[in-house]
Amino acid sequence: MSIFKYASPSTFYPLAGKIAPWFAVIAAILGAVGLYLGLFRAPVDFQQGEVYRIIFIHVPTAWMAMVIYLVMAAYGVMALTFNTRLSSMMMEALAPTGAMFTVLALWTGALWGKPTWGTYWAWDARMTSTLILLFLYVGYLALINAIDDKKRADKAGALLVIVGSVNVPIIYFSVKWWNTLHQGYSVATSGSSMDPTMRMPMLLMTFACWAYAIAVVLWRVRSIILERESEAAWVANLHGTASLKMSGARA
Amino acid sequence: MNWNEFFSMGERAFYVWGSFGAVALAITGEIVLLRMRLNKVQKKVKP
Amino acid sequence: MNALAKTAPETQTISAENGVLLAFQRDYRLAMRSRGEIIQALVFFVIVVSLFPLAVGAESALLKRIAPGVVWVAALLSVLLTLPRIFANDYADGTLEQLMMSPYPIATIVAGKMLAHWFTTGLPLALVAPLLGLQFGMGASELGVIVASLTLGTPILSMIGAIGAALTLGVRGGSILMALLVLPLYIPVLIFGAGAVEASMAGIDYAANLSLLGAGLLLGALASPFAAAAAVKIALD
Repeated sequence: MSIFKYASPSTFYPLAGKIAPWFAVIAAILGAVGLYLGLFRAPVDFQQGEVYRIIFIHVPTAWMAMVIYLVMAAYGVMALTFNTRLSSMMMEALAPTGAMFTVLALWTGALWGKPTWGTYWAWDARMTSTLILLFLYVGYLALINAIDDKKRADKAGALLVIVGSVNVPIIYFSVKWWNTLHQGYSVATSGSSMDPTMRMPMLLMTFACWAYAIAVVLWRVRSIILERESEAAWVANLHGTASLKMSGARA
Repeated sequence: MNWNEFFSMGERAFYVWGSFGAVALAITGEIVLLRMRLNKVQKKVKP
Repeated sequence: MNALAKTAPETQTISAENGVLLAFQRDYRLAMRSRGEIIQALVFFVIVVSLFPLAVGAESALLKRIAPGVVWVAALLSVLLTLPRIFANDYADGTLEQLMMSPYPIATIVAGKMLAHWFTTGLPLALVAPLLGLQFGMGASELGVIVASLTLGTPILSMIGAIGAALTLGVRGGSILMALLVLPLYIPVLIFGAGAVEASMAGIDYAANLSLLGAGLLLGALASPFAAAAAVKIALD
């Protein structure tokens, strides 16, 4: 099957290099249009005034934080089932971006909370779950960086993310439960009755973040591939002759 | 387009631009760091 | 030499239950030989709980309010500190590798170890907790709930903790790294465990919290030995 050809780092490297710029362009365009619509075209919110516009980056970043972790878990399952190096490399490439989005979700959430509900941090179900998600990202990064043996680091990281992802719904459910018990703030980011002029920029920004993440992760995985495969023959040939020789490569 | 009104964002400029600014900063930072990382490894593997 | 075979008669059947039992007996016996460690964990528990009145003042209403959370967090931390015991000693002297080669399924050996860990850590904590609850002014029925919630919850802590301990075997900065990995996963147990006690203090129904803990215990018992066994294999390869 031709798709498994790309399971090897040496073939994925040039593919990633070709795809990434496209996603970067898509991200830039979608982001520009989304920002324009969100900042200039969407009407002022009746209750919150102008400050509600933070939603156009808070929701996409929170969404990406969650999605990236799930994608990592999927790669983790592949890494443990098929024992492919590239799956672990993708996990390693996804984690920093996922962590960044989580921090941004928390930051924008805090800056939105202060003018709207009077406090920077409101221990509500969603923000608390996002905080715990950040701990999960940091834990993964700490684990793979602490283990010197790359093969062991790959597998341990994969197992950790799989266990973590099983726990994410449990954590979210338990935090929601805890929140209702303690009558915390119930933060409604938006009702289902969202003005279409607000929904469009939100969607565009979400897709922009998605495209951005794909581009950045593909570039990062190229770096990781070079770092880990630096001894391989195909890497040496990259800057030598124009053709990519696969012979002798530890593909 | 009243730019003063736009920038003040209903006097919540700090929060709105603090948010959008943080996102811009983070994205720039991530790209810059990634560039540095790629350059470093490419220098290493260049024969 | 098969470490478990030494304790089993020649005619012992190789079954899952026997694997769990033998591993439990072995770890229990080893723990009993260093009884001091178990006592130390209990003393740590008591000390940490006692820190809170010293930190927040001895006003009885406040102490009663924070008691469930304080007792639970202290129990969590006490379990955390004893987690390395599950695998580290066996890992260091090569016994763990031999256990992996035993005819018993690895998941059963790991399950037996988890059980022994709980029996020598979580269970004592659950039994000592009422004394601490009294210090915080909790009533009789609430003390009962605290024992129940800890008895149901601490096995889950041992199970999740074993996965974390196995993942970080022999790794630099192991203990604090393990804590970092395990504590976020402990949060649901903490929420429902402390929540059960708080519910009983508020006079509302606490059965839901306890049943969720029970469900978590069942889920953990089914899944965690396999996850921890996988982690041990990863650490040894």
